[in-house]
Amino acid sequence: MSIDESGSPPSGAYVEVDPTRGSPPKGERRPKTAADFDAADDRNVPVLQVRDLSVEFKTDDGRLLAVQNVSYTLHERETLGIVGESGSGKTVGSMAVLGLLPKTAQVTGEVLFRGRNLLAMSEKERQTIRGRRIAMVFQDALAALNPVFKVGDQIAEAINVHSNVKIATDDERVVDLLNLVGIPNPKDRANQYPHEFSGGMRQRAMIAMSIANDPDVIIADEPTTALDVTIQAQVLEVFERIQDRTKSAILLITHDLGVVAGVTDRIMVMYAGRQVETGTVDDVFYQPSHPYAQGLLASLPRLDRRRDGERLYRIKGQPPSLIFLPPGCAFNPRCPTAEVGRCDVTRPDLVEVSPDHLSACHFAADLYEGTKAATT
Amino acid sequence: MSFESEISPSAGSAGQPHFDRERVGDFQPGDMATQLEQGLGRENLVGLPEEGESQLSPGVEPEARTQWQLFFRRFLRHRLAVASLFVLIIMIVLCFGASWIAPYPKNAQDLLALPKPPSGAHWFGTDDLGRDEFTETLYAGQISLKIGIAVALLSTLIGTVFGAVAGYFRGWTDQLVMRITDLFLVVPQLVVLAIAIKRFGQSDTMIALVLAALFWMYVARVVRGQVLSVREKEFVEAARASGASAPRIITRHILPNIIGPIMVNATLAVAGAIIAESTLSFLGFGVQPPSTSWGNMLSNAEGAVGTPKAYLLYFPGLMIFITVLAVNFLGDGLRDAFDPQSHE
Amino acid sequence: MASFLIRRLLYSIIVLFVVSFFAFAAVRATFNPLAKLAASKDVEVKQRESERLGLNRPMVVQYGDFMGKFVQGNWGQSESTHEAVSAMIQRSMVATLQLIIPGVILSIVAAIGLGVYSAVKQYSAGDYFLTAFSFVGIALPPFWFGLIAIEFLAVQPKSWFGLQQTPLYFVGLHSGDGAGVNWDYFRHLILPVLTLTVQIIAGWSRFQRASMLDVLSADYVRTAKAKGVPRKQVIFKHAFRNALVPMVTVMALDIGALFGGLVITESIFSIPGMGRMFLNALQNGDAPVLAVWVIVTAGFVLLFNLFADLTYGLLDPRVRLA
Repeated sequence: MSIDESGSPPSGAYVEVDPTRGSPPKGERRPKTAADFDAADDRNVPVLQVRDLSVEFKTDDGRLLAVQNVSYTLHERETLGIVGESGSGKTVGSMAVLGLLPKTAQVTGEVLFRGRNLLAMSEKERQTIRGRRIAMVFQDALAALNPVFKVGDQIAEAINVHSNVKIATDDERVVDLLNLVGIPNPKDRANQYPHEFSGGMRQRAMIAMSIANDPDVIIADEPTTALDVTIQAQVLEVFERIQDRTKSAILLITHDLGVVAGVTDRIMVMYAGRQVETGTVDDVFYQPSHPYAQGLLASLPRLDRRRDGERLYRIKGQPPSLIFLPPGCAFNPRCPTAEVGRCDVTRPDLVEVSPDHLSACHFAADLYEGTKAATT
Repeated sequence: MSFESEISPSAGSAGQPHFDRERVGDFQPGDMATQLEQGLGRENLVGLPEEGESQLSPGVEPEARTQWQLFFRRFLRHRLAVASLFVLIIMIVLCFGASWIAPYPKNAQDLLALPKPPSGAHWFGTDDLGRDEFTETLYAGQISLKIGIAVALLSTLIGTVFGAVAGYFRGWTDQLVMRITDLFLVVPQLVVLAIAIKRFGQSDTMIALVLAALFWMYVARVVRGQVLSVREKEFVEAARASGASAPRIITRHILPNIIGPIMVNATLAVAGAIIAESTLSFLGFGVQPPSTSWGNMLSNAEGAVGTPKAYLLYFPGLMIFITVLAVNFLGDGLRDAFDPQSHE
Repeated sequence: MASFLIRRLLYSIIVLFVVSFFAFAAVRATFNPLAKLAASKDVEVKQRESERLGLNRPMVVQYGDFMGKFVQGNWGQSESTHEAVSAMIQRSMVATLQLIIPGVILSIVAAIGLGVYSAVKQYSAGDYFLTAFSFVGIALPPFWFGLIAIEFLAVQPKSWFGLQQTPLYFVGLHSGDGAGVNWDYFRHLILPVLTLTVQIIAGWSRFQRASMLDVLSADYVRTAKAKGVPRKQVIFKHAFRNALVPMVTVMALDIGALFGGLVITESIFSIPGMGRMFLNALQNGDAPVLAVWVIVTAGFVLLFNLFADLTYGLLDPRVRLA
């Protein structure tokens, strides 16, 4: 089987999907214009389905379980935020999608891109998808851009690699892309080198490079982490703008809850390589049903609701080593609601506490009820 | 308590920040925190780890290791480096224990035993004067090794001092040291050494001194580079802010952190010194009789090429080769043990 | 970048002058031009010579005199052969270049090829073999390798195969009165060039490998892969181009050093090049020759240092447009 140009899977290979799973909430997001939603059922079409993804590394001290049994679905034009601390497995998981991990990584599970398993493909086939159907934006644009080639060159390369017609460094299409991401004097800029750009501009250039081929999915790995706060806002805005135009789905990886709150439709919280809570932004922010998510949200400092003398909440302890994971639930040692005999023995499965809102906790339902009670 | 669930309006695309931190849950941190701390009234709670306690359940605690232990462990993993260490130890024992090990006394000439190829009685053969080559090689090793190690130690000492001073104080001391080293590094090594030795004499000690006088410059440059990068680190700033004097900062804070590269460099310097000494001796500018070094022996054997006496060439050269090879492997192993990030 | 290069040029010239002073002074201090007359009991002869050569004047003045003549092209005469030093150097340089040029070309090609291969196929059998080879090459004392090479690649094969002559020659560049580039010439050239290149290739390929490995793990290589750039293009266009930058610098510096470093090779293979010239002068205490020799070789080193700076600037836009 081969992927034809339009990207839709050959008939007969379409994977059955539960339409109620993972559909974005209607009407509760920041509004887009009606024109964006003219094909309302687009958003039920899954573009990326990750099933039971696990990534393991062999180290001198034992097996390092970077990612364990992560599953999620990304729909067209949806923005899914993957949230977690450093070491939670979010970056490794996303690199596994594109097959960018080193040979020492053992990847199991399925990553279905429009029905075709990326993990089972040959490297050549994956190359046709990378940069063309699924693109990636990396964190540190200065390191991620080749210092000896012009920026326009590198953007043009993204196009040339997937096309028989080669375009030049300052071709119209390159200039157009730079314009789209908000870089002034795009024609001049295309002929410059990465070190001549400012941090925010470099990140925009990387985004331009990633959308060069109108990909179906953009994976953004901590795109704002290395930037100043004001620039962060601008860059996130660029993402929104391009999503309007290219209709791509975005996988946004970050540790910043603020970023997630404003830009994503759904989020998945990860901890120690495992998926602990998944749901819409509203679901998770207002009805967090996992102790870790609750802890994260509780520890956010708030300027407007400050009570004098009150200390910031923090989750005690440290994330566990991914080699020496505690038995049972990974969050157990730090969990205020953990139960001996249960939480330290059995790893919790994902439980649906409300439609499309999942939590991996033995007491998920109780916690959920608790948040609802607080609302009334 | 009530939670608002309003959605903030989009700010449009006029460059205003689109996301709104308001939406980050209207939790009262205190409320949630209290809830969490009260544990939602559940029983059978796992106690929260106190400060300093490990958060892992008992039985999954990884061993704590000191830095030196980590270093040794990494080093031992380099079988080649460990093997080289053994080879070197054997070499040193053989050479310096020559008086006990060598089958014949040094310089024992047996005019009846004409130059003979290796045999049962003379493992390495004999030379023109009937001396046993094996014996000679062992004794020559003493000089070669002694000079090599002495040069490495001396040049490391001098080079570290100058390099640290140059790197830490910057300014004109730095410029001075750099310019001087620049000068000497521009002229071919051999030339400087040859002229200096001609001028100052050819005793073993002088040779070692002259070699050290050249080698320290390489060390100084390396140390300077290291010091430059370390001096910017926060702990140095902290030390300076708490009033530590410069020598104290250099010796207590900076040097211990660069001991790794210094050691590696010193090891590799031994190899360089051995080759330099043997080259000089080969050309006639090195060790003079009655002192013999491996390079010396090879110089005497140069004429043996193409003759039946060619075996005279093999062994001293082989000794140099093995020693230098072992030292290089050792140095490489040390480098990896100190800094596993390097890709060698 | 132009201003950077000009500064470096001026600096190099200054260094050259300082080196020349020290060379001159060191040589003067080490080799007494009157040594030949030491045996003579005639004090007056010594005095006259001393005055003629201006040995009583302060060192700086003597140096000034020397440099004055030097920059005008008068490089003095050899004390032993009375030949013009400039002619000697020219002649010797021609011989040395015949070793350096093929040696360098061979080394560049081999080292880059081996280094890149080793890095790309890290941990393969080929990589281990090449790493072992480079370790061996670095540890081999060059003079020993030369002698062993002569023994086993020239002398022994003659008796093994019952040849009339050794398959490879090891004395000089031509047999007898021969000249020109012919088979005889190559048979003379192979062993010395081999001796010369083994060490160089060992060092360079190791460096190239390390440089490539560094670059292959860089973020921008990951980006290129994420864009779907085919593997070969990632290696050669993205990685290699960046790995080349430090490599070229190191090569330029090492080549500059070669001009004074062929002493051993030329000595063993009896090639009348710069190295041999130096050795002879040293043995004879030929001061004028020595002083000029040092200046000329230092000049080449500095020239190639400049060249290294230039190429670095050309290859790395961050330096060029700083």
